[in-house]
Order: sequence, then structure tokens, then C-alpha cells
Amino acid sequence: MATRIVVDPITRIEGHLRIEAEVKGGKISNAYSSGTMVRGLEIILRGRDPRDAWAFTERVCGVCTTVHALTSVRTVENALGIVVPPNAELVRNLMFCAQYLQDHVVHFYQLHALDWVDVVSALKADPKKAAQIAQSLSNWPKNTPGYFSDVQKRIEKLVKSGQLGIFANGYWGHPAYKLPPEVNLIGVVHYLDALDWQKEIIKVHTIFGGKNPHPNYLVGGVPASININGSTAINSERLAFVAELIDNATEFVEQVYIPDLLAVASYYMDWFSIGGGLKNYLAYGDLPTNGYNDPSHFKLQRGAILNRNLSEVLEVKGDDPDQVREYVTHSWYKYKAGNKKSLPPWEGETDLNYTGPKPPYKHLNFADKYSWLKTPRWKNHPMEVGPLARMLVAYASGNDDVKEVVNEALGKLKAPVTALFSTLGRTAARGLETKLIAHWMKGFYNDLVKNIKNGETRMFNDEKWDPSTWPKEAKGVGLSEAPRGALAHWIIIKDRKIEQYQLVVPSTWNASPRDANGKRSAYESSLLNTPMADPQKPLELLRTIHSFDPCIACAVHLYDPEGKQVNKISVI
Amino acid sequence: MIDNPQSIYEKMREQGYSRRDFLRFCSYIAAAAGINATGLSTVVKALETKPRPPVIWLHYQECTCCSESFIRASHPVVADIILDKISLDYSELLQAAAGVQAEEVLSETIKKYRGQYLMTVEGSIPTNNGGVYCTIAGRTSLDRVKEIAEGAKAIIAWGSCASWGCVQSANPNPTGATPVHKIITNKPIIRVPGCPPIADVMAGVIVYLLAFDRLPELDHFGRPMSFYSKRVHDSCYRRPYYDAGLFVESFDDGSAKKGHCLYKTGCKGPVTYNSCGIIRWNNGVSYCIQSGHPCIGCTEENFWNNEPFYQHLSSFPGFGIETTADTIGATVGGIAVAGIAAHAIATNIRKRKTIGENASHNAHDDNDTKPADKQEGGE
Repeated sequence: MATRIVVDPITRIEGHLRIEAEVKGGKISNAYSSGTMVRGLEIILRGRDPRDAWAFTERVCGVCTTVHALTSVRTVENALGIVVPPNAELVRNLMFCAQYLQDHVVHFYQLHALDWVDVVSALKADPKKAAQIAQSLSNWPKNTPGYFSDVQKRIEKLVKSGQLGIFANGYWGHPAYKLPPEVNLIGVVHYLDALDWQKEIIKVHTIFGGKNPHPNYLVGGVPASININGSTAINSERLAFVAELIDNATEFVEQVYIPDLLAVASYYMDWFSIGGGLKNYLAYGDLPTNGYNDPSHFKLQRGAILNRNLSEVLEVKGDDPDQVREYVTHSWYKYKAGNKKSLPPWEGETDLNYTGPKPPYKHLNFADKYSWLKTPRWKNHPMEVGPLARMLVAYASGNDDVKEVVNEALGKLKAPVTALFSTLGRTAARGLETKLIAHWMKGFYNDLVKNIKNGETRMFNDEKWDPSTWPKEAKGVGLSEAPRGALAHWIIIKDRKIEQYQLVVPSTWNASPRDANGKRSAYESSLLNTPMADPQKPLELLRTIHSFDPCIACAVHLYDPEGKQVNKISVI
Repeated sequence: MIDNPQSIYEKMREQGYSRRDFLRFCSYIAAAAGINATGLSTVVKALETKPRPPVIWLHYQECTCCSESFIRASHPVVADIILDKISLDYSELLQAAAGVQAEEVLSETIKKYRGQYLMTVEGSIPTNNGGVYCTIAGRTSLDRVKEIAEGAKAIIAWGSCASWGCVQSANPNPTGATPVHKIITNKPIIRVPGCPPIADVMAGVIVYLLAFDRLPELDHFGRPMSFYSKRVHDSCYRRPYYDAGLFVESFDDGSAKKGHCLYKTGCKGPVTYNSCGIIRWNNGVSYCIQSGHPCIGCTEENFWNNEPFYQHLSSFPGFGIETTADTIGATVGGIAVAGIAAHAIATNIRKRKTIGENASHNAHDDNDTKPADKQEGGE
């Protein structure tokens, strides 16, 4: 007899996600993932100036801020044939790296750690012993008995006050928590340190883009100018600021994040064989070193892996209408050609069509439609995207940097490479990627300084800025890697305005409902066989879902071919 | 009530802060909240005696940029407020519990602290088609927000989504995205617009409520005067170039490298009320204009419908003299000036209110808002 459970809201994520699952014999036997919020940004984009699209799409997500803006400017540049100056590419890379560092660290500590770390158990820890363990893992100067003891007292007071705030009604004492009290205390201390740290690295966005969240981007380059003899543009003070931010961030990643990740992982080795899910992985690749139009020189490779075959990386093309296509069989939209067809993004059509139960409801109807997420497929295969997919594609492509950090970490944990195909493998891949990104970031910084030294200061290509230089009609696609995985936008520009805009987003790949052939996407697939000690307290379910770092506001989108033309310039 | 409510002063003492640290903290938050030196003793007294107020932080149609901004609050002691000085009982972004366990905490707070909790909302609420475009735990956000607001002491509408509707309410607003004040009309609502709002502005608003237990002085749109009474244009360090008629004509041109005024690249600073030029972003590092991009007016109603961002809507005469900000406004879009004028008048007649008093005041304000007023972000 199966027990049916509902987890809604899934917390510690971006957006609104609902999971329904059946538990049989202590394991999840079936699962359904539903995105329960929609905004309709693609309708809103119609008829607007393509140069403004980055700002609209950036607001798709404020957690992975920047990623849609970057993808959008690439998409418009692709449509109009704009090549940005080398320094603009470097600044975009620096902003990309800053985003990854902040986002991945916040994911590990603020969004994921409480799945592994028992806050209440940390109160029983011996702070001296905890500090000793922490010191044995790294040279982080704050790992002292006094500091650990202070934090422990602080948490104790919080618990005693009866107002536990964000820790209220957590799964404390759950049998699936395995860390000793001292390691739990290390986790809690660094939770607070990470919260304090994360607001620093994003200052790279503030320097180049004016603010964070949601820094500014620009079609044709970046908005900031370089003038090393000026008082207000990017000068030596600004550059030194960036360098310091990178160094401090690298230190935190190496001295706190990675040691914590490995320490926690060593107590949960069974999770290297739980939650693997799909066997197909997709990465668009990113971090150009020779311009965006040369993917062979990306730091992170582009490609697809099927059936976990690491000896073959398949070619991925964003402009091939037979590769990326979307179904709406189980999504609250309708296609003119019927429910069973898939469509490529440039021809994408969607009609908002809620057919679910009238709220308030207890359960969704899974035989029918049950999510605001569409279901994307690559050559009709369900694909996992994200840090694990990126690391696997890069590993299989022979990326030496990636092979080195992956092999080193697996060696420390005495785990085979197949261990990566799991919940914990996904979490580990994210950490290892962060370490690489920190190192690459310093390289991009050095390249920028070298260019400036050589007199190259251009940040913007104005050739196609004026819409009168554009063709009557143009089509573009922009590919990127958001922290949560492969991200792409498609655009059709007609008469200098957006005719069509489509986004296929990482969490849409991972969190989508079943396709026309009944195939599960990544969340639904990875939850199968997840052990559940107590179905009413879904801690283990949260572990696997959080290992993907869900971002549901991103994942939900729509385009309405019958949609009214957007207003316009009628204000005067 | 809580069994042993602790004041902020007591909490700080327990954490090893001295009285001197505490006073320094008070003076910082007083400054952050725009309180002058004579008001400092009030802050000190308030923080010595107040228990931690429960906060319910709701997410609806949003992108979480407001929460992300909030956790960037720059002063370390202010960051501690999140964990130690308020009790953040419900936050889908940060709370440990999910599903049933999260819902239990929510209903317990609503019941136990009825009339005492602060409800903060991030995101707009879809109203088309019965509100099916956002559901949580099987219920519509429309349904939930009304229930939770019922027992709230006051409401903060974080960001432009909750304050105006923001990007999802841009034309043609497919889901009927609606700001909080159009749904909840019987509670005091502080609107803190911006996409997102500046972290220290968000912290400053919380701190004000904590210290004084009343609403900060608000403008006609319900925005705190401390942070929204000046146009970005008036506090912009590039303003002298505007006055001198020195403009960036194209990104990265010679004028851009010298930091001249961005008006001609579409800057909406002259019709945007925010503290960007004063507080700046991420602990004072920069703001949009300083980093070379024109202001897009993200604190103003309807700013998404006021694009294209990179141009003003028609040619305009008369650069280079002090009075032109409004003159240009009058030429380019008379509506904007009407909005600003209405704004100024409303500001002058508005009185500070105490939480719990005149609960319908905000609703009344909204009804007063003429269509012309609402075009303030427009040109």
C-alpha cells in the first residue's frame, strides 16, 4: 500500500514548487513535480525594443540574477551579427564568475545545508573539539574554539527563546541526519559566515553593472567604460577592488566551502548511490576565451551525453529546430497541432490553459495537465542540466582543469567516478565547479588588466546600436550556462521590434512534468527509490530536490500567439 | 505572547556586546532610518525594551530579488537583525521546514501573534481566472494573502512587484498581476519599491518599525520619505554635467569615459524617486549611473511600459540650465510633471501615522490617486 505525500511549498528554493510522491516500502515509488506560478513574460516582451529585452528577462530570476540578461544580449547580438569587444567579453565573464561564486555558496549553506546539518544537534557539540576538526580541514582563521562557542550560545538562546524563526519546525532529530554534533556545529557556524560573506563577492556586479541584484547589461558590450586616468570610469581603484574581491572569495571557497562539502559528504556516502535519475546530460558551455562565437575555446564545454556514456560527447546546436523542442502534454497550455506534438522555440506557441482542479485543492490530476512548466526535450530525450551535467560534459571532453579537481575530490572520498550520478554527486559537482570558477576568474581579471596595459580599452561596439541599421527581419539564439544549467533564449526581430521571444530555462529541463511519451524529467526521475524514514517528514525528498537547486520562477514561461500587441509609446 | 520575550539590548548583551556597542548600533540604525541626533535616545530606549516581533515573509509572483537584496544588507549588526532581532517565522527562501511543517509554523504564528506580526510581501498577486496563476499548498495567493493580512499589525510591500505590479503587470498583464494595496485595503501598508529595493533601505525600514513601533513618514504613494523623497537626478553626482550641458551621446564615447550626464542615453533619473545617489548600492560601492548605465526608473509605477529605456520619447529643447529637469518633463511628457506636482502637494499634507491607527488611511490614499498621479514614472 503506497502512502501519498504532498510537499507544497518546497522551501529554500526560488519560486513555487510542489512535489507529490507515493511512498511504498520506505521508498519513493512515484513522483510528480509541479510549478505552481506563472507570470507570462514572453507575452509581455512582444512588440518591445530588443535592446531592452535583457532588463525584462533579467527579472525572470533575482537569485540567479544576471544570467538571463547575459543570455538575452547574446541572443540579440546573434540576431543582429554584433561582436562585442574583448574587454566586454572579459567583464561579462567576471560578472558570470561572481554570480556563480555567490549563488553556489548560498545554495550550499542557506538552501541545502539544513538537509544535512542538524541545527539542534549542534547545541550538544564541544566547541573546542569542533574547532579542532575544522582546523584539521583548513587554515580558515575564524575556526577557533571561542568563536565556535559564541555561535553555539547564540543559537542556544534562539532555541530557548521559543521563537526559532527560520529554524522553527525543522526536521531536527530526524534519523536521516548523520553528522556528529561537532560537524553540525561547524555547519551552523559557516552558515552564518557564508551569509555574511555572500554580500561581498557580488560587489563585482556593482562595480561593472551599478547594482546587485539585477546589474545592468548592454547589447553590444557592457555599460561601464574604462579610463585609468579618470575619476568615475573603471580605473585603478575599481580594478584593485575587483582583485581583492576575487582573492577573498577564492579563500572562502577553498578554506570553508570545499572542506565543509567534503566533510559532510564523508558522513553521507550512501547518498552517492541515491537520486541519480536520468542518464542523459546537456550543457551549452560557457566562459568564452576567444569570443562567444567560438565555443571550441570555452572554459566549460558544450555537448550532450546519452546513457552516461562518457566516451562520447554529442554536438549540440541551438539553431537546429530538431534538437531543442518543447511539449505541453502535461502543462497548462494548449498547442494548435494538439497535445502530443512538440515545437521548437522559434515556432513555439502557447496558450495559457489552466485545466487543474479549482483551488483550494488537495491533489493535482496527473493523468492530465499538472504544471505551469513546459517539457523540453533534446532530440526527444529528457536531459539533466546543471553543475553535474557541466562537469560531466567537460570531463568527457577532456577538460584538464575539470578532470584534475574531479579526480582529486573523488580520490579523497575514495569514490568511483560513477558516484557522481547521484544526489550527493550533484552537490559535489557544484562545489568543485565553484573552485574552478574562482581560479578562472582571476585569469579573466589578469587578461583584462593586460589588455588595458596594452591600450585596449573598448567596452562597446556601437555599429548596430541604431535600429535603422538593422535588417527588416532577424532571428537569433543565445546559449549560456546559468548556475542551475543550460539556458537559452530565442528571438525573432521584425521591423525593429520583438516579434517572438522564447526562453528554455534550466529548471524547466529538470523540474518539468512528463512528456507525450510518458517519460519523466530529472526531478521526477531522481526521486524514484529515495528512502523515506518517515513519509510525513520529507527530509530525504528535500535533499534530492535541493541537489538540483530549483529555480521555478525561471522555469515557467509562456508565449501566446493570439496575445495582444504590447501597448507602446502612447504615454505622450 | 512569547514566554520570555527578550529585548534587543538583552540579546546583544548575551551575545557579548557591550553597552557601548549597543549605543553605537543604535546610532547606526538611527542614521539608517534618517533620525537625527535628538531622536537617538528614543531609539536606544525602544531597542532596550522591545521583544522580537514575528515576521511573515510571503512570496508570490516575483523573482526573489527583494529577498536577495535584503540579505545583502551591509552593516554586520543589521545583518544580525535578520536572525536575532526579528523572528522570521515564515520565509519560503530561508526556512528549514517545508510543506506541512512550513504551513504549521505559518498558521501557528497567525494564531498566536494575531494583531502583532508584521506581514511582508514580495511579489504581485495574480487575480485573473480566480487567481490560479499562483498557488501555494493548493490555495491561491489571492486567498492566502487576504487571510494572512487579516491578523497583521502592518504590511510591508517589498519591491516594485508588491508595490506596483512590476514586470508581470506590464502590458498586456496576462495574469492580472496586482499589487498588495489593491487587494488589502484595511491595513497600513508601507511600499518599498525598486527592482529590487536597495538592501540598506529595506533594513532601514525594518529598523524604523522596530525602534518606533509606528510607520515611518510616508509620501502620497506610501513610500518612506527617508528614502523616496528625492529624485535620483537631484542627488546624482553627475548632475553638474547636466547643468553644464555635457552629455554622453553614445555608450563608451569620450564623454562616457569622463563620466558626463547620461540623460541623452535615456536616463530616467529626473522622474525617479530613490536613494541611489545617496546611499548607493551594496554598501555604497556604486549605482547604475556611476557604472555607466542610465537609470531605468525601477522604483516608479509602470516603468516597464515607459521603455524604450535608451531614449526619451521625443526630442526636447533647452539643455544646460538648472530649471530644465521639470521644463523638459513638461515638454516631453506633461503627465510626469502633473505627477510630480501632485506628489509634492500630497507629501506636504501627509501626516505620520501610528501602526494600528487609521487603518483605512492607505486605502483612502489609493482611492485618491488620480490616473495622472500614477504616471509619475512616465515621461
